[in-house]
Amino acid sequence: MKVSSSVLASCCLLIQVFGAMLFIRGFFPLPVRSQSRKSTSAETPPEPATAGLLSNWTKLPSPLFKKVVVLLIDALRQDFVYGPKGKKHMPYLTQLVEKGTTHSFIAKAAAPTVTMPRIKALMTGSIPGFIDVVMNLNSHELLDDNVIWQGKQAGKRIVFYGDDTWIKLFPKHFAEYDGTTSFFVSDYTEVDNNVTRHLDDILKRNDWDMLILHYLGLDHIGHLTGPHSHLVGPKLLEMDTVLKKISVALMSQEEDISVPSLIVLCGDHGMSETGSHGGSSEEEVQTPLVLISSAFEEKGGISKLPEIIQQTDIAPTLAISLGLPIPQNSLGILVPQTVEHKSMREQLRFLHLNGHQLCMLLRQNLEAYEKDAGVEQFKKAEKSHGNWIKLYLEGNASETLTNLGKKVLKQYLEALKNLSSSLGKQIAEYDIYSMSIGAVISLEILFLLLLSIPNALSSRAEFDIPLSSPLFSLLFYMMCLVLSAIHVIVCTSSEKVCFFCSISWVLALGIMMFISALSCIVLSTLSKMLAKSQYPNKKQDSIFSGWSELDLLLLIGTLGHVISMGASSFIEEEHQTWYFLTNTLCLALAQEMCRKYFLVKKSNFLDSAEGEDSKNESLYMDKIYDTHKKELKEQTLPLLSQFAKQHEKWIALSSPWAILIICRLLRTLNQTGIQWIHRPDFGHWLTSSEHKPELSFLVAVCLVMIFILIQGRCSFVSKVALAFGLLGIYCYRAAIGHVLYPWQNNSNGLSKGITEARFVYIFVLGILFTGTKDLLKSQVIYTDPQTKSLGLWEVYSGFILLAALLYRPHNLVVLVFCLLMQTTLSMFIWNLLKHDAAQITIMHYWFGQAFFFFQGNSNTISTVDISAGFVGMENYVELPAIFLTMFITYSGPLLWAIHLLWYLSSETHRVSTTVAHGCYCYAAIRSIPVTVYILVVTAFRYHLFIWSVFSPKLLYEAIHLLISAGVCVMFTAVDKNQISKSEN
Amino acid sequence: MDETELRKMSTGHIFGAFAVVLSVCVPVLSVDGFSFLGTHLSWLCICSLCVILVNILLLLLLKPNASSKKTSLSNKLSKLTKSCIYFVISCFLFHGIIVLYGAPLVESVAETFLFAVLLSSFTTSRCLCLLGPNFSAWVRVFSKDGALSVWDHSLQITTVCSVVGAWLGAFPIPLDWDRPWQVWPISCSLGATLGYVAGLLIAPLWIYCNRKRLTYKSR
Repeated sequence: MKVSSSVLASCCLLIQVFGAMLFIRGFFPLPVRSQSRKSTSAETPPEPATAGLLSNWTKLPSPLFKKVVVLLIDALRQDFVYGPKGKKHMPYLTQLVEKGTTHSFIAKAAAPTVTMPRIKALMTGSIPGFIDVVMNLNSHELLDDNVIWQGKQAGKRIVFYGDDTWIKLFPKHFAEYDGTTSFFVSDYTEVDNNVTRHLDDILKRNDWDMLILHYLGLDHIGHLTGPHSHLVGPKLLEMDTVLKKISVALMSQEEDISVPSLIVLCGDHGMSETGSHGGSSEEEVQTPLVLISSAFEEKGGISKLPEIIQQTDIAPTLAISLGLPIPQNSLGILVPQTVEHKSMREQLRFLHLNGHQLCMLLRQNLEAYEKDAGVEQFKKAEKSHGNWIKLYLEGNASETLTNLGKKVLKQYLEALKNLSSSLGKQIAEYDIYSMSIGAVISLEILFLLLLSIPNALSSRAEFDIPLSSPLFSLLFYMMCLVLSAIHVIVCTSSEKVCFFCSISWVLALGIMMFISALSCIVLSTLSKMLAKSQYPNKKQDSIFSGWSELDLLLLIGTLGHVISMGASSFIEEEHQTWYFLTNTLCLALAQEMCRKYFLVKKSNFLDSAEGEDSKNESLYMDKIYDTHKKELKEQTLPLLSQFAKQHEKWIALSSPWAILIICRLLRTLNQTGIQWIHRPDFGHWLTSSEHKPELSFLVAVCLVMIFILIQGRCSFVSKVALAFGLLGIYCYRAAIGHVLYPWQNNSNGLSKGITEARFVYIFVLGILFTGTKDLLKSQVIYTDPQTKSLGLWEVYSGFILLAALLYRPHNLVVLVFCLLMQTTLSMFIWNLLKHDAAQITIMHYWFGQAFFFFQGNSNTISTVDISAGFVGMENYVELPAIFLTMFITYSGPLLWAIHLLWYLSSETHRVSTTVAHGCYCYAAIRSIPVTVYILVVTAFRYHLFIWSVFSPKLLYEAIHLLISAGVCVMFTAVDKNQISKSEN
Repeated sequence: MDETELRKMSTGHIFGAFAVVLSVCVPVLSVDGFSFLGTHLSWLCICSLCVILVNILLLLLLKPNASSKKTSLSNKLSKLTKSCIYFVISCFLFHGIIVLYGAPLVESVAETFLFAVLLSSFTTSRCLCLLGPNFSAWVRVFSKDGALSVWDHSLQITTVCSVVGAWLGAFPIPLDWDRPWQVWPISCSLGATLGYVAGLLIAPLWIYCNRKRLTYKSR
């Protein structure tokens, strides 16, 4: 079956997307959970007892505290409380911690350090899967067993004020609530006032058992200005006042009631040095936890270093404090200091309950559960606990009883630690079967793409897929049988949850057949190639001789980048790789340019044949340049074109250097990565509130520049639409307070800018619509390349307009420089140096990757700009938000890819297969890193950094693959027309 | 294929490599408190000086471009000043390129500049010695099939090797190993030096191996 190479490329990428999805489904493990959904107090185990003597204490212990207040401060970093900042700005808390009746800890949060998974961890005690990050914005009801649900079942009245994520997670659970939304990051006072205003009223009343307060202001300050901002101090002081208010009010109430109350001060996650969160650096992971209660013994002014515990330990502690069953899926250990003031019998009882719950969870998740060290220890401790009870019930009250009790306590704590850690290991269980199926599919696709390079990049741009021979071969049927047998064996034998086994068997069989067909195709292509290469054996040595330095660089760079993905540092600092490679590429272009201009003149050094050659070359160049000049005359001002004509040589010689300088400037705009992210960058300088006039000026200049650079190739209608759209963008940015109007001194009366943003959206859609209309016209009615190129350029400018609307304000510079570079490269470099489609595609891909990082992205989740999803929306709407966020994150690669499409299809002097070649190269160059990365991740699945470094990158790669598949389909659609035209 | 030229060149190269090795060994043994990593800046100075000196010595002793006609003193002087200017320009050019590659613009200027000097002493000083301050000759040598003599080939190889060495030397910088040699510009200068020495040693071997293929036209 003969297929054009663009069709082959897009099919391959689509299949690879499927493979990658399957891999990811298997890779991100589901969290550990028990079969039965929610535990009830009826399942409470009785106290352990030795034979003959039964304890009469079978019910749940009564609550330790009458009232529990959870004061959760978003992004509260450990040093905001224990460090110098805390000492300075939180005087009341510091005084309590140093002298008062408190226990302080550092609670370590698990990655990803994003609010919703952390709330889940706090309330269920389990570690939510990584995939929860992706679902972070789309939070829906929490169905797992949790403290809030238990509280509601036990008839406790729970009151909540703060982040409305909680209300989405626990609808109908709270007796009273008031949610504040966390999407307007620029507001850091109103969100907190909305919480505090309820305090006076609720503290006076006595009709609640648990109060949860979630303050967002500190997190917003972090996102806006970072942890060292001057805003942090006052905010901490405000939090300190809130704490004091609660503490004093509760203390005054305690005098009436005998049961004390508990205040839990904690943070959900920390804050990195740049003020964001999501990763797993020390600053993001370590949060303070302070337990305050009059029941605790007063410390004698000795301040110890806070002990490090896990964040999941808070859930069982809260449950025990309120006298509730511990949530079933909790991995946490009760914080023993909370129960220290109770009698030994009660303390042992609590630890036994905790251990029992962990054992039950482990039994449901581990087959060899009896052999686990923690379980054995727990059994032992349970036995000695029974002995202790026996002694106790016999009325023995001597010192031996206390000592024995202490020993049992220690045994329990050790057992709990072991149980918790072996449960933690369970979380990192992978669904290897689905993973390997996905990996095999993408590996086969890669082989197919690589093997068909010689055919697909030939002048016919066609690839003959050998379909009939493999489909009727014995090998195909054998493979089908073997794979189905494997499928049956794997699915019947394994106890673990396996995604691929859970899909319907028809689909599974289909996939199996597909895999075997693919491998047969690959094998037969390979054998054909081998057979061919046996005849002209001498060709082998001269593979590299025909290659220029640029080809070598492109090859080495691509391979080098692929290899570099094996090191976690290179993934963290991937931007350095791309900056380095694009720089080298520019230098190679500069050298090629130098050679072109200087060698043509110095032809007396060369022998006559070469001289003639170069003459031919220069003739050819003149020809190209003539067409190019014609274009110039049509499109730009005559004065400019004349200037370009006269100084063509010098402009061409200096353009690679101009691009180099642009790259260097962009590099200082946004610092990304891990190691050097703390360095001051130009972007932060611009966005700080003191430099608003400068930013406004810059934004205005950028918008004008965008107009100048785009309008030349647009039709009149879209020119006007573009101008209005850009004007609308400035209005939008002024409305949300990014920039100022010249007549405005300070920003007041901010709005969400919904009208302005929608105004721009209309023009974006309008331009995209005209572009598509022109494209369709060129496809159906005329076969005019001019219309097609116009249509593509309009689609391109529509995307530029959308990006200009969604980018962070200082990133408009990136957009302008992107346009400038594309113009320079296409006008002065590619036209003059006659690069072929493959080279141009790879260069576009490299620059696209570099721009991905220039706009401030990195391979961690925390740099995704979610705010782009809310531009022009009243509230969160899932589909457009996801689309807009995806578009803005990948706008760099996407804009370069569309530019590539426009450039390849508008070049009139090129052969008709250019677009097909470009599409094929684009698919191949995207497929290589994805496949290699899938293999790398599989090999490193037990690596220390798998969750913090490798998994986010996997998500980034997969989404990039999806977008590239879309781009390839677009290429194919455009290419179809070209091929049919050439046939006509 | 001129065997004597090749022999002359090999000895010259061995001296050049020897100079680099000496620049590391001698100060370490003779000067207190000198180490390659600790006082990297002074090593950069010493090494570039050594390399330049050896290159000039070799120029005077071996006379690779002896075919040039006798020139007057003033001509020679102007050539010398021109060479100096070229060298300084190349230092600044390298500095600029390094900054474009991402080296800090303001901090550690001295390190960056000395590294640029080292690179130009590896590349430009040899070009100046072998080809003279003749830009068109440079362009010829550094283009495909532009080499006309053994010396041109050796020049190509050593220059490309030292630049590629410096290029590769930048790769370990982002790794989080926290080693002292990962500090800017130590890994790069190390890479450049190793590349240069390797180039010096490879060039005669390569030319010797390919002597059948290389037929030079007379000038």
